[in-house]
Amino acid sequence: MGRFDIGLSPRGLTLLAGLLVLLIVLPWFAGDYLLTVLILIFYFAYVGQAWNVMMGFAGQLSLGHALYVGLAGYLTAVLFIDLGIGPWLGLLVAIPVTMVVGAVIGFLALRFGVTGVYFAILTIAFAEFARIGFDHLEIVNGSGGLFLPVAQHESVDFWLLRGAPVMFYYVMLAATVVALVLCRLLLKSRIGYYWLAIREDEEAARAAGIDTFRYKMGAIVVSAGMTAFGGMFYAFYYNNLFPEQIFSISRSIELIIGPIIGGLGTLLGPVVGAFLLTGLAESLNTVLAALGVDLPGAKQVLYGVCLLFVIIALPGGVWPWLARRLGLAEKGT
Amino acid sequence: MSALLSLVDVTKRFRGLVAVDQVSLDVAAGEICAVIGPNGAGKTTLFNMIAGGFAPDGGTITFAGQRIDGLSPDKICRRGIGRTFQLVRPFPGLSVEDNVIVGGLLHRTSVAAARERADDLLRHLDLHSKRHQRASSLTLPDRKRLEVARALATDPQLVLLDEVLAGLRPTESDRMVAVLKALNRDTRLTIVLIEHVMRAVMALASHIVVLHHGARIAGGSPETVVRDPAVIESYLGADTPL
Repeated sequence: MGRFDIGLSPRGLTLLAGLLVLLIVLPWFAGDYLLTVLILIFYFAYVGQAWNVMMGFAGQLSLGHALYVGLAGYLTAVLFIDLGIGPWLGLLVAIPVTMVVGAVIGFLALRFGVTGVYFAILTIAFAEFARIGFDHLEIVNGSGGLFLPVAQHESVDFWLLRGAPVMFYYVMLAATVVALVLCRLLLKSRIGYYWLAIREDEEAARAAGIDTFRYKMGAIVVSAGMTAFGGMFYAFYYNNLFPEQIFSISRSIELIIGPIIGGLGTLLGPVVGAFLLTGLAESLNTVLAALGVDLPGAKQVLYGVCLLFVIIALPGGVWPWLARRLGLAEKGT
Repeated sequence: MSALLSLVDVTKRFRGLVAVDQVSLDVAAGEICAVIGPNGAGKTTLFNMIAGGFAPDGGTITFAGQRIDGLSPDKICRRGIGRTFQLVRPFPGLSVEDNVIVGGLLHRTSVAAARERADDLLRHLDLHSKRHQRASSLTLPDRKRLEVARALATDPQLVLLDEVLAGLRPTESDRMVAVLKALNRDTRLTIVLIEHVMRAVMALASHIVVLHHGARIAGGSPETVVRDPAVIESYLGADTPL
């Protein structure tokens, strides 16, 4: 088994299964606060996983994934508000549209030889186009923002995704598990091997007969399509969309830090990264409040210092290190 | 018999420099052909044109009856030409086995089938015990073997081997020569190789082409080539022991 297999030892698998069971039964014990923190964690694990397909697997750096989040969020929201089409049906529109947009960007970049950092800049540019464009788009109320009718906490309507946090919790937990399984399947098939080969050495990949254009396009399209679900979730969970927020570059950056800290190109890296980062942010809140520290920006500075420490100490990411130290990884790799 | 690979007047210029000058060359199916010549003679440039790295500025390259000059490297690989790189380029972060599986997936959709093929090749090339190591942890001779294994995994009709014996110890070199000979004999694999190790060239090649300053100065059976005065003067030197 290769290094990028989910690669869990029996102990690791037991631990993962235990964690999953714990997360499934948790809503019976936990309050809404813990659930909302976990929803955020699952969300970042999910979109981190989607981004990781492009960067971690195929080596194509996108700094504009907010585009796909925002686009799918707006599409599903508009379909719901204006036409009464529910989010699940809306995804049937939003996912293909997002994939096409990803394909157009990918085609332009690959056709004109825009690679590496220049490719990353191109992805930022498209997210910025969207931000400015949506700011002036009357049909979505421009910079004034788009609002979904707020959910009634008591009634749960799964098909319209209106309801209490516990519903969103299960939806996002399921999505995270599905994304993990999907990525594992992809990675263990021909397309996954080809992505890794392209990431490692594009010229050698071509010499081994790989149509690198086609497979890089594949990575971009799959990543964009997966991200679309995250966008839909964002819209229906937060119930408001502002171009300035959802398309902003800080959103794009925010969703890539998890997989980088967790372990780029690994299957569990995005999950571990999301737990660590969101956990860190939330516990800093609590600690600072308990200590009575009320300095503006103190949290951000501490957060930054912690990230810096992780990157210096564990440049390969937390998950590969954790797996080694705790014997969670399969032997022989 | 028509040639499997046929180059006619192939030329490549880099600005003013003529790197390859109207080289013609025929390689019959099942043959082992060595391209030799001093450093800078244009051997690797010639390889890059056959493998699709560069398009020639003049001349034609025909493989199995079809023009291939100017095609992209992946298309040429799919037509049945595998290659190794002089400066080895394994996929460093992948395991040895995964490196070869990537090659094996060209004509196999199932990873399991590609792994079977990879393990078979790795056994042949004495890398099987290292198959779970990362390619970046291998020594140079092992990396060269890995390049050969990855190229062979694409099931080529013809392989271009660019100095796969350089830097190997004599015993390792002999072993590689034996492996290549066996492949040639058992599977009728056609081999075109660039090599400086004359001992190995003499042991392997049925046909030698000598390049000097981009031009072909001699060609023929090993015995005639090494006695050719032009070859001795430009490349081998008068006293080269064979």
